[in-house]
Amino acid sequence: MKNKISLLNMLGRYGTINGLLLVIGAVTILGCDGDYKQEVTTLNNLVWADEFDGSGSPDPTYWSFETGTGQNGWGNFELQNYTDRTQNVQTQGGNLIITARKESFAGSNYTSGRIITKDKIDWTYGRFETRMRLPYGQGMWPAFWMLGADIDNNEWPGAGEIDIMEYRGQEPTVIHGSVHGPGYSAGQAETKSYELTNDRFDTGFHVFGIEWGPQYINYYVDDVLYNQITPADVDGEWVFNKPFFILINLAVGGTFVGAPNNETVFPQSMLVDYVRVYAYE
Amino acid sequence: MKNKKIKNIITALVVGALATVTTSCERTASDEAVPATFSTNGDIFTDAPVGLGNFFYFPFAPDATNPVGSKFDAFSVDDSESYKGTASIRFDVPNANDPDGNYAGGIFVIDGTGRDLTGYDAFTFWAKASQGATIAHIGFGEDFGENKYRAVRQNIQLSTNWVKYIVPIPDPSKLVEERGMFTYAAAAPATGLGFAFWIDELRFEKLGTIAKPRPEIFEGQEISQRSFLGFEIAINGLSQTFNLANGINQPVICTPAYFNFNSSNPQTATVSELGIISLIGDGTAEITASIAGVEAQGSLTVEVDGAFVTAPDPTRDPSNVISIFSDSYNNVPVDFFNGFWEPFQTTESSNFNAGGNNMISYSNFNFVGNQFANPTVDASEMTHLHMNMLIPNEIPADLDFLVTVVNFGADGVEGGGDDNREQLFFFADDFEADTWATLEVPLTLSPRSNLGLIIYENINNPTTSEIDNFFLDNIYFYKQ
Repeated sequence: MKNKISLLNMLGRYGTINGLLLVIGAVTILGCDGDYKQEVTTLNNLVWADEFDGSGSPDPTYWSFETGTGQNGWGNFELQNYTDRTQNVQTQGGNLIITARKESFAGSNYTSGRIITKDKIDWTYGRFETRMRLPYGQGMWPAFWMLGADIDNNEWPGAGEIDIMEYRGQEPTVIHGSVHGPGYSAGQAETKSYELTNDRFDTGFHVFGIEWGPQYINYYVDDVLYNQITPADVDGEWVFNKPFFILINLAVGGTFVGAPNNETVFPQSMLVDYVRVYAYE
Repeated sequence: MKNKKIKNIITALVVGALATVTTSCERTASDEAVPATFSTNGDIFTDAPVGLGNFFYFPFAPDATNPVGSKFDAFSVDDSESYKGTASIRFDVPNANDPDGNYAGGIFVIDGTGRDLTGYDAFTFWAKASQGATIAHIGFGEDFGENKYRAVRQNIQLSTNWVKYIVPIPDPSKLVEERGMFTYAAAAPATGLGFAFWIDELRFEKLGTIAKPRPEIFEGQEISQRSFLGFEIAINGLSQTFNLANGINQPVICTPAYFNFNSSNPQTATVSELGIISLIGDGTAEITASIAGVEAQGSLTVEVDGAFVTAPDPTRDPSNVISIFSDSYNNVPVDFFNGFWEPFQTTESSNFNAGGNNMISYSNFNFVGNQFANPTVDASEMTHLHMNMLIPNEIPADLDFLVTVVNFGADGVEGGGDDNREQLFFFADDFEADTWATLEVPLTLSPRSNLGLIIYENINNPTTSEIDNFFLDNIYFYKQ
């Protein structure tokens, strides 16, 4: 499978992206105010969930591990070696716990975990949400995201990528939601950030979700809708009308966050209370 | 004016509401003792001091390290500068050679009852300076009383733009009645030229983003040492660090009262709430600490092995002795046993008494001096220097301990071109750990009619032969 290169050039082009977003935001607010609110949260038909109530490794019926270092650190010069050990990935006490550790492992200085539902279960449209407590510190990069299930035959970014939540450990109050597709990937991805006020993402659980329909992807943090992306927003083909699978991972270092420094506290864990999928209705 | 009116109306309403409540609950209220409640106002300075009373600013007074103290009038309210509103706090840091005080420092303490700050998690302010500058410390919890809950950020870098600064509260639950609203100290930089800095919107607030507490004692080090019955050891290197919303791990230097201390063996060592370890029995104890249930990094494992043996009593005829420090002789007037020479000296000292015998205890040692220049000592007839010295724990193999005896010359003061000195070196084989060494060496400097100073230095310190602490007793010149 093609590895993720999300936001590779984002830092360097951030100003431009911000500028674009501002314009889009203004247009949306003026012209599409109704669109932001019209899509009511659809929590009627739960079609799949993992509440992570077991113990040990996550349920192999739905999840598999991606291990190792990928190519060029999973395309992002990430520093961790993903393992399937319970030290890095385990369900315990009602949570999935993915732990990044500072340790020598097969030539890497860090270990962590990444699990995916690829080739096991995928979905087209619906509400996808997770409830998570995130880690903190320079170089921590947790993500809850989706990739087009045809990625083996449809090279990234053609298959499409929906980043429901990405986060930099050095910015504990901010998360990012993005889509990548042909013509709008990496630095040109359509992305928006959401900042908590008087709270942070690493001290308690928060819900990160999207509502995905044929003509839109709405982004939520807790009960706040903070972005809507439609075919009109992207500079290329809208590829979000086919099955996508889910990924959960905690990367260490990489272009999006930079390497950990001597102030980064290890180990760091992300706790996942649940992942739930509701049908599009 | 408009705002004021509205405020008054609101106040009246609140009072009205309170009165109603009080009336309707009168029976309950009078039946039980109601705990006193204190103001929960977080504001300290907005456009004027808020609720601090009439006399709230107290500059730091002279002390052992600074004979003049803070420049008295460093603080003012500046109506021409503000981050928000109409006025700010202005501090004028004096030139280093200002005879009225070579630094600015002081506190704001409420002239009245304290405040309940338990609902806040940070002490915040906006600040800027007339030039890029470093402020030695800014914080709160100093009231010139117990200073029980002092917490400060050190070496705060100010720029010429207004920037918001955050001092996390180490444990808000402790601040149920706090009067110490502000403390600061700042000195001129190496150029010696003073500057001004401004502070505005100074307040306690609930940010909700102060997280990941990491308390430390002994600067996070795990220390082991041997010591003796009856000794006391102060826990130092206390801090609390929080991760802020901007990703910075912000340390705050804080007092022992924020910590809960624990001794693994209370028969050997106990710890007071002021962080003083008392060694009360033979054995080994590990001292640890926590803040609000979070275990602190750093510990002290102390092995107590019997009582402290005092230095051998001198037997020389007093008529053959000029004594600087001894319980056995009349000592000459001594200016100080620790000059706290800035900026490089780290040595701390205490007068230590074991079983009625006084000795000098030096800790955190790099160098230190005893001055006895008022008047100077005429040791022309004395032939030797005598000292008893004890180094605990371990003698570094390459120890090179230098004792310098300084003659101040005819002018009777240090310097002036007429000083002469003698350097006396002592090495590892002159000592045995935990045992009083008797050091007796001939004095050959000439003249020695105006002796004024003895300096102690560890030449190899600190890289290879650190001696953190040692004891001195029976420092005297004698005639053989």
